[in-house]
Amino acid sequence: MTDDVAIRVRGLQKTYGDHVAVGGLDLDVLRGECFALLGPNGAGKTTTVEILEGYRPRTAGEVTVLGLDPKHPTRDWRARVGIVLQSTGEFEALTVREVISHFARYYPAPRDPAEVIEAVGLAGKATARAGTLSGGQRRRLDVALGVIGRPELLFLDEPTTGFDPEARQEFWELIRRLSAEGTTILLTTHYLYEAEALANRVGVISNGRMIEVATPATLGGRATAATVVGWDGPAGRQSLSTDTPTAQVAKLSAEFGGEVPGLTVTRPTLEDIYLSMINAGKGEQ
Amino acid sequence: MATTAATVGRGPVHAARIGWERGKLEVKEFFRQRESVVFTLAFPVILLLIFSSVLTYKIPGNIPFSQYFVPGVLAVGLFGVSFQTLAIQISIERDKGILKRLEGTPMPPAAYFLGKIVMVLTMVVLESILLLAIAAALGKVTLPSDWHRWVTFIWVTVAGTAAGSLLGIAFSSVPRTGKSAPATITPIALVLQFLSGVYFVFTDLPGWLQHVGALFPLKWIAQGYRSVFLPDSFAQQEAAHSWEHGRLALILVLWAIGGLVLATRTFRWRAAKDG
Repeated sequence: MTDDVAIRVRGLQKTYGDHVAVGGLDLDVLRGECFALLGPNGAGKTTTVEILEGYRPRTAGEVTVLGLDPKHPTRDWRARVGIVLQSTGEFEALTVREVISHFARYYPAPRDPAEVIEAVGLAGKATARAGTLSGGQRRRLDVALGVIGRPELLFLDEPTTGFDPEARQEFWELIRRLSAEGTTILLTTHYLYEAEALANRVGVISNGRMIEVATPATLGGRATAATVVGWDGPAGRQSLSTDTPTAQVAKLSAEFGGEVPGLTVTRPTLEDIYLSMINAGKGEQ
Repeated sequence: MATTAATVGRGPVHAARIGWERGKLEVKEFFRQRESVVFTLAFPVILLLIFSSVLTYKIPGNIPFSQYFVPGVLAVGLFGVSFQTLAIQISIERDKGILKRLEGTPMPPAAYFLGKIVMVLTMVVLESILLLAIAAALGKVTLPSDWHRWVTFIWVTVAGTAAGSLLGIAFSSVPRTGKSAPATITPIALVLQFLSGVYFVFTDLPGWLQHVGALFPLKWIAQGYRSVFLPDSFAQQEAAHSWEHGRLALILVLWAIGGLVLATRTFRWRAAKDG
């Protein structure tokens, strides 16, 4: 395998008895990329990620993460992988600085705890006990613990669940900074706009299978999908679905002799495409 | 970003260093949680104060009951901070995903257990000093003056802590959830206390119950402490008319080995719900 691939998955399967959680999944994540695994609850996102993290055994398939099969994680490999788990509220009696400084000791070349505290926006809470943090602050502490070891690859499992919009924006900034520093990121989310805001590429999972991998702009043929042009005609509101919206607008402009009254040009939102993909994926089963 | 070519620290020295750091952190955490301090450290002190002031009768050999009770409460304290604390705490840590988080780091697994040992030993030392200081100050116990009794005290404490801790780690897998851990573990400890001659003279138990009690380590820890704090003449009142130091050491070591085997075979970093 080449060195520019951080994660390579072929035909990944995980079954629990009769239940197929992951049914033949392929995935490539390049080094330095931010890749979002998108899918509804129960689609197999967390199962897949936990297999990649070395937490769960798999039923079948080939998996390589940073050159190693995570079925047999080594401590050296652990030092290169950062994991941000779904939070449960731990270390209540310890301060933010104590927890982060302690975890730094596990790693051979950790980041400076003070810098990490600053970077995740907890500078004002460094001496506060973890038990007193808000949900968003807790999550920042989780991220701090995930990145303190200076990982090459960072796993983020539904990082902003339960965030208010402002906290989410700030959190996205943090992820973008990590990505800009060259950290490979695999994040799972069921928020489409989160994938759109952060990821270079998006993989949509439904029923344990990868339905599509694309950039957010081209997902589901979005860039070329039929566009709806609408305007106020003499007989009232009119609309037309077309693959050549620019030509349509030019034609209307010529007809009206310039401005087209009430002109709208609408592409399907990512949400529309995503929902139709998920529904199609369900129909396959 | 600098790609780290550095390899993680290895070997027993690295594990010991991280284990020591974990131990310090665990002690700090313990003392910041008022419930753990009250229920773990203060509970035996409360027992001592209540029982030694209510039960003022003499036991055979014209010995005040409190002189008999102090070794028992020392054993309860030791077993509480080793067996009970570890079984409950590790069960909760597993349920909360703390162990899962640690598993995801390059922390040497041995460091986790070394940290627990540091914490338990700190608590055992504190608890013993606390109980003996209070008991001595209230005149409930006469502290021995010859050094070989203190040697006995130390080896019984070390062997008892090892057995209690390893059993505690093994038992942490028994409760199904962290929430149910205290309700699962505490009654076990309570029953053992009654079977081990803590609250009354062991030989007052019916014979068959004495045999049951003698299967478990707490009875032997209490007996070991009695050999430290009661006159040698009292050995005649023990079940075997002797302090049985040899058998006592053997049984505690066997329990420690059994606990170690069980712990290594059953220990999981993740709760069942986490696959």
